[in-house]
Amino acid sequence: MAVRKILGIETEFGIAQRGVVDPNPITASSLLINAYLSRRAEPGSGPGAPRVGWDFLDETPDMDIRGFAPIGSLAPEVEAHLVNAVLTNGARYYVDHAHPELSIPECADARAAVRWDRAGEMILVDSMKAADEILPDGQELVVYKNNSDGKGNSYGCHENYLMDRSTPFGRIVQHATTHLVTRQVFTGAGKVGCEAPGVDRMAVPFQLTQRADFFEEEVGLETTLKRPIINTRDEPHADPLRYRRLHVIVGDANLCEVATLLKLGTTAIVLAMVEDGVLDDDISLVDPVRALQKVSWDTKLSAPLLLGDGRTATALDLQWELLESAQKYLLEEGDEMVGGAVAGEVVGRWEGVLTALENSPSELFGVVDWVTKRGLLDGYRERHGLEANDIRLAAMDLQYHDLRPNRSLFARVGAETVVDLDEVVRAVDNPPADTRAYFRGRCLQRWPDRVVAANWDSMVFDTGEDSLRRVPMMEPARGTSDHVGTLLDECHTVTELLDRLSENPIAGPDD
Amino acid sequence: MAEQEKQHRVPTEPSDQDVEEVDVNSVAVEQVDELKGQIDGLLDEIDEVLESNAEEFVKSYIQKGGE
Repeated sequence: MAVRKILGIETEFGIAQRGVVDPNPITASSLLINAYLSRRAEPGSGPGAPRVGWDFLDETPDMDIRGFAPIGSLAPEVEAHLVNAVLTNGARYYVDHAHPELSIPECADARAAVRWDRAGEMILVDSMKAADEILPDGQELVVYKNNSDGKGNSYGCHENYLMDRSTPFGRIVQHATTHLVTRQVFTGAGKVGCEAPGVDRMAVPFQLTQRADFFEEEVGLETTLKRPIINTRDEPHADPLRYRRLHVIVGDANLCEVATLLKLGTTAIVLAMVEDGVLDDDISLVDPVRALQKVSWDTKLSAPLLLGDGRTATALDLQWELLESAQKYLLEEGDEMVGGAVAGEVVGRWEGVLTALENSPSELFGVVDWVTKRGLLDGYRERHGLEANDIRLAAMDLQYHDLRPNRSLFARVGAETVVDLDEVVRAVDNPPADTRAYFRGRCLQRWPDRVVAANWDSMVFDTGEDSLRRVPMMEPARGTSDHVGTLLDECHTVTELLDRLSENPIAGPDD
Repeated sequence: MAEQEKQHRVPTEPSDQDVEEVDVNSVAVEQVDELKGQIDGLLDEIDEVLESNAEEFVKSYIQKGGE
């Protein structure tokens, strides 16, 4: 049975430190994030900017299935040697490997995810400005929202979807893979050249995605070597008896809001259909890894993919089949588990984008990233009479993703938007109201000095008593504004909050 | 699949009943022209903001693998 598709995105950004010989990306990433946190901590810089660390304590899988109630005193083990902070909007902002990374708060629908993803971009822009004030003249940190350096090194933009633990994993692999391979026609951020091992760089002058060249397996646990289309990391960050978190690592980071909306919205609906067992077996791909690259390298969108039943179909054919299944599914099952009214918007835009891809892809300039980037590259190439391998085209590819407003090529496009700018601005400081991120964010706004640490499924408070107190949050759909909004407004101190939560644990939907 | 193709693809062979299709195509041509104009304007701007030394910029953009 489908469960509510609570979802989120975690983005690793590219970072360049200018004006320094032999820059160290870990130092640069730490400086960037610390500059932001310091600036936010200054008086008058917004509602609370606590320097609250991420809590790495592993939850014991069988514990806390009661859900959302404070339990005794567990000492947290914070071992964050690299900067790792929780923000008042419920996001996590940290250094991962050699990149700044931002995980948006849990969202209840794809439109909210677009809103907090854009807020994440604003946080990175503010971070660059804050770093600029600290750095000596001639030095600068520049952040790129892309997934490849064009030299064989890739970094991810991962998606997370809450799923029903009882859905057989094999079924997820079989059906979700077809979508993850074929959705590239609208999720691709575009790339000049090819980085697949053993393939000449200019054998593919332009392809749909940043990431397809880096995938070698169908299923696996890895994220950095032999990357799999379906990742098997099993950290639900929620009640492990009820939930699975599907960790999707195969997508590109998008700048077009419509592309982000569709990437998350269509995948959420497909996964709900997998849970409810309504997809036919005959859309499974014979060789998904090869198909992933084939689709990405095929800007004409006409390459035939071999299916399990011996048929061949293009990525667009398969997307039409998935869309039709989704339309039928929403009619029969409703939209409650897949983002409510937003699901209707997703399906409407899905159909519009597939229609345009089929008839006149250039109409999707400002809607789909690879079309937008290619439009700019083709125009520039024609104007200056450049060869396909001209280095200026590779430079434009990178600069499309530059997050500095005055340098970003994407920012000049005037792309179609999904969310209003003032909504995005509010999302920089405030959490979504309809997931447990609300409780996390509001507690950080109200009592920044009392929150010792936080992670996805718990928070640790210092009430001034002998022991610290941990609040588990094993149900992602609880701790919302409806559940705890009034309580948070009424309590004057953390002690009062924790006492009242102890007396009246918040009941979940099935309790 | 064949049925689906009929349903979604704009037919490409001309026939007596394709009056509407001609309209659709001319609209598409207009849109493409409009887009060309829009991109032309953008290209003027891009010339101004593009990294001045493209070769050095591309060469120095090296990232460590992540995830």
